[in-house]
Amino acid sequence: MRVPLTWLREYCDPGLDAKGIEERLTMTGTKVEAIHHHGVGNPERFVVGRVADTQPHPDADRLRVCRVDLGAGAGEGAATIVCGAPNVAAGQTVAVARPGAVLPDGNELREARLRGVLSEGMILAEDELALGSGHDGILILGDRAADSQLLPGTPLADVLPIATDVLELEITPNRPDCLGVYGVARELHAATGAPLSPPPWAEDPGGEGPIGSRGAPPEVTVECPDLCPRFTARVFENVTVAPSPAWLRGRLMAAGQRPISNVVDITNYVMLLTGQPLHAFDLDRVAGERLTVRRAREGEQVRTLDGETRRLDPEMVVIEDAEGPTSIAGLMGGARSEVQPDTTRVLLEVATWNGPNIHRSSVLLGLRSEASGRFEKGLAPEQCMHAQAVATRLMIECSGATVLNGTIDVGGVADSGAQPHGPMIRLRDSRVRGILGMSVPVERQAAILEALDFRAEPAEDGLDVRVPALRRGDVAREADLIEEVARINGLERLPATLPKRRGAYGLLSPGQRLRRRAVDVLTGRGLYEVVGWTFTSPSLADRLRLGPEDVRRDAAAVENPLSEEQSLLRTTLLGSLLDAARQNSSRGMGDLRLFEIGTVFHPGAPGRSGNGGARGRPSGTGIDEHRSLALLLAGRLHEAGWGAGDPPVADFFAAKGFLEALVRALRAGPLELAPAAEPFLRPGRSAAILLGGEGIGWLGELHPLVAESWELQGASCLEIDLDRLVESAIENDRRSEGYVDLIGYPPLRQDLAVILPAEVAAGEALATVRAAAGELLNDVRVFDVYTGPQVGDGRRSLALALSFRSSERTLTDADVAPVREGIVAALRRLGGELRV
Amino acid sequence: MIERIEQLRAEAETAIRASTTAEALEELRVRYLGRRAELPQLLRGVAELEPDRRAEVGAAANRARRALEALIEERSAELRGAELQARLSEDRIDVTLPGTPPQPVGRMHVLTATSRELEDIFLGLGFTVLEGPEVETVHYNFDALNHSPTHPARARTDTFYIRSPQNGARSAGDRQAADRRSAASAPRSAAEELVLRTHTSPMQVRAMEAHPPPLYVVIPGRVYRPDSDATHTPQFHQIEGLAVDEDITLADMKGTLLAFARAVFGGERDVRLRPHFFPFTEPSVEVDVSCFHCEGKGFLSDGSRCHLCKGEGWLEVLGAGEVDPNVYSYVETTERNAPGYDPERVQGFAWGLGVERIAMLKHGIPDLRLYYENDLRFLEQFG
Repeated sequence: MRVPLTWLREYCDPGLDAKGIEERLTMTGTKVEAIHHHGVGNPERFVVGRVADTQPHPDADRLRVCRVDLGAGAGEGAATIVCGAPNVAAGQTVAVARPGAVLPDGNELREARLRGVLSEGMILAEDELALGSGHDGILILGDRAADSQLLPGTPLADVLPIATDVLELEITPNRPDCLGVYGVARELHAATGAPLSPPPWAEDPGGEGPIGSRGAPPEVTVECPDLCPRFTARVFENVTVAPSPAWLRGRLMAAGQRPISNVVDITNYVMLLTGQPLHAFDLDRVAGERLTVRRAREGEQVRTLDGETRRLDPEMVVIEDAEGPTSIAGLMGGARSEVQPDTTRVLLEVATWNGPNIHRSSVLLGLRSEASGRFEKGLAPEQCMHAQAVATRLMIECSGATVLNGTIDVGGVADSGAQPHGPMIRLRDSRVRGILGMSVPVERQAAILEALDFRAEPAEDGLDVRVPALRRGDVAREADLIEEVARINGLERLPATLPKRRGAYGLLSPGQRLRRRAVDVLTGRGLYEVVGWTFTSPSLADRLRLGPEDVRRDAAAVENPLSEEQSLLRTTLLGSLLDAARQNSSRGMGDLRLFEIGTVFHPGAPGRSGNGGARGRPSGTGIDEHRSLALLLAGRLHEAGWGAGDPPVADFFAAKGFLEALVRALRAGPLELAPAAEPFLRPGRSAAILLGGEGIGWLGELHPLVAESWELQGASCLEIDLDRLVESAIENDRRSEGYVDLIGYPPLRQDLAVILPAEVAAGEALATVRAAAGELLNDVRVFDVYTGPQVGDGRRSLALALSFRSSERTLTDADVAPVREGIVAALRRLGGELRV
Repeated sequence: MIERIEQLRAEAETAIRASTTAEALEELRVRYLGRRAELPQLLRGVAELEPDRRAEVGAAANRARRALEALIEERSAELRGAELQARLSEDRIDVTLPGTPPQPVGRMHVLTATSRELEDIFLGLGFTVLEGPEVETVHYNFDALNHSPTHPARARTDTFYIRSPQNGARSAGDRQAADRRSAASAPRSAAEELVLRTHTSPMQVRAMEAHPPPLYVVIPGRVYRPDSDATHTPQFHQIEGLAVDEDITLADMKGTLLAFARAVFGGERDVRLRPHFFPFTEPSVEVDVSCFHCEGKGFLSDGSRCHLCKGEGWLEVLGAGEVDPNVYSYVETTERNAPGYDPERVQGFAWGLGVERIAMLKHGIPDLRLYYENDLRFLEQFG
């Protein structure tokens, strides 16, 4: 909200400049977002002048050369000013800018020759003073010298609001009472202690009872009091529609509203002052002189002021006269009963609408205005009469109107018997201290609350506080009062202490520590962590060649996505990793070592196969979430050097090496890899990652068609259910028995080369060895693989490194000989023979 | 005899000293000390001498033999050293060539690094770390956080809504939520509608439902709002904090956040609390940290306006407040969190801060979208 400082100071002037006021308001909860300057740059260069005479310009038909009396006081005397306005005439009192004046648009005025005649200033139009948008002629302060009480030479700023600082305020949604200048003035009063002028509605030239007019007063019926708690109206006669006075126009302009005519300007002005929107009807154009407030009918169409026809529903409220709806309540008036230049009778409506209902209608119809923005926050019914009082005074002053005594008031205090104020709340001093962590003397609490228009009476353990009507929506509990005390007392006075933290200690869970370890292990081995989007595109499944039954097609869908490309929640991290890979490779960075840890979402059931099954954090949402870890390698694993040969490339085994390092570092697993097809991986170079026989991920080289789709040469990738992996590590740790003596009795190492049918997988051979060896076998690894003429077609040789160990004694060859025989026998059953 | 011994010794010593190779030295050893050499022969002949001369000659011969043995050993060591020296000095490399490419070093993402740093600060202050679901129910995301039923944040323009799983039948019997619904196909109530959480705050009530007071937790995580420009991305990260105990005050919150601000931005920082409004805290504040670029002055040493704080001297870093009593009333009491959260008996504070914003301030990152482009030239600068 924009609040002109000159206007604010009329109600509360703490003697501070704009920065000072900003600081106090901001620190008490009314954030000043910006301070703007409105109007002319240097008011001292603007004065009142009187046109002494005018002569036609010798060389220009449309220009006149004026002698303007600028008064003797400032030593100005008279000036020659060339003026192009059609309405300039001798005797007028006018606004004059002297050379050096800075106009509202920032331009500086200089002496200038206009068609040969030196002009020593400018006679101003209203737009040149930011008092309106008119530029058809100069602003005339008085027509005849005799009429005007304004003396030439008077500083213009004494007469017109030609310059002010304007505060742009952020009003939090709980404070609709601050959506008016007077509400802000009250805050400033509380924040600074500077006196607050009585409210502008303190004196009401109108009356509150029923309208006692000569004829029948207009009739108002409210059929939906739940949506329209109060509807007030006053009737004005003898209205003359004309431009508003300059001071009013100036304030509207400074507050960001365009002046239109006195009646419309008054409704805007009063709204800006009190926070309560108003609407003026031309009473002679209200058919039947009666208004009915009712719910719209389903599908009912209303043509609004902006020329649009809008379809309504029964949760929306219309105001209709004898000929049908004229406006949508709280949102937009209708053209039919709008105030016109010839209007003489005005019905001024000031109503309270149900805030959430207005918000709903506003969103659904796409209609937002200064008025709807206030109504939707929920205004107090009491504000109706505030607005009526101020508007009545201005209607009389500025439009020459007479007001019919009395007010049509449906749902007002007389009708509802509602309390004219909010609830009474006990504010315990101990609670103030307990919540804030500092004491605020009870008298100070009372003074703060009184400054904010609360009534505070001493009570045995604190204060009994009566909430003012305008704060009813925001303050209902003791905690709310404590906030009022805290913010006005000054949060800068709060000490900075630490909680006692009885029994609390800070510790990462084992899972959190292991996940950090996973990141450290991979970054320590040269991988870069990326962070991709949770959102993914429906086209991803096809680009990854997923089959129609693939569970990764079953993605949770965003109902209101920003775009189709971001309309699903990802079921795999592969898409974002590939996106990151392309992002980099397309910029010349083709050697990539990337990984990501992120949440994947599965709307289906747990226990499904595919992307690592579905286990995660139970959330009650019916959507499984778990953390996934994915890794992508492309190009070379490191740069080439001058000494060694070509650096290793990102193949299947490179990815597997990272997986093994990760699993070992976390002490997770044991994992097994088994040949398994994935549609996005190269057949024959892809595997399922198994934990206890259950699939928790995949690993392989990217299918060339998929690589092509991301404009990559190729890549090796893996994805694994990180939550499952970490759980296995925690489980391993839980089962571990502590220290084992691996030092006292050294292991016995033996090698074994076995020629096996080529189709026997290394993993199978190792499993066979382990099964046959029993407890003494500590470790077995493949350290060489050979195929060639020496071993024959369809066969290959695996060289195995065996390590035996006992925790009871140092083993000898004799100890392990029987074990070795068992191993050899088992390998023979696989079709193997020892290589000699 | 004695003279012959001395003569042999002198002759041998000269030859040994003059030898230049290990082979020549070995030859000398054989010549003077070998089985057939004269000196050993003399020694063996001692027995045949007169008894009174045996001792004298034997001792002289032995002395000579030991001296020669020692000398050969000494010369041999000299020769080995010289040979090694010669071999090594021939084996030269170009020390100016580049080294073997080092083991590549990766980086964690700046958001991970920042999040970790912030978690560690709060771990040090006695908080534990919790995580929560990113798809949330309206109940936890809004209702339980005291948002009115018409709060604008619930609007489709401000919150991503998730279509209910179409195939709920597959999860029936397995999931709590499915159990609560009478049939998998039954429409969800408004509170059960699903959203992408718009903040980490829904974990406040979840955490309180899972643990009894006192509770000191931080909740890092990804959150979502439908905005996209240089300062908004539809996903971003927050760290929620929640401390609930019998007597936690607003002053305790200030102290905690002051400690946080100093840990992140430097020991000279100050914080200021500005009153604000959030539905789920009362009182609510926004927390500013004094600008670390201009030392809170708003302008730099050359007199120009500080671009970081835009001349304010303060940087807004987070929103916070005392937990609104209404929030406690949404916490279901079960055996897990007994005795539950009675607003007359417990009180506490909560905050939510943006990880992207902190990283942006700390590192001068100009555009939020850089975080999610994952360009290596960006990634390698942090973490």
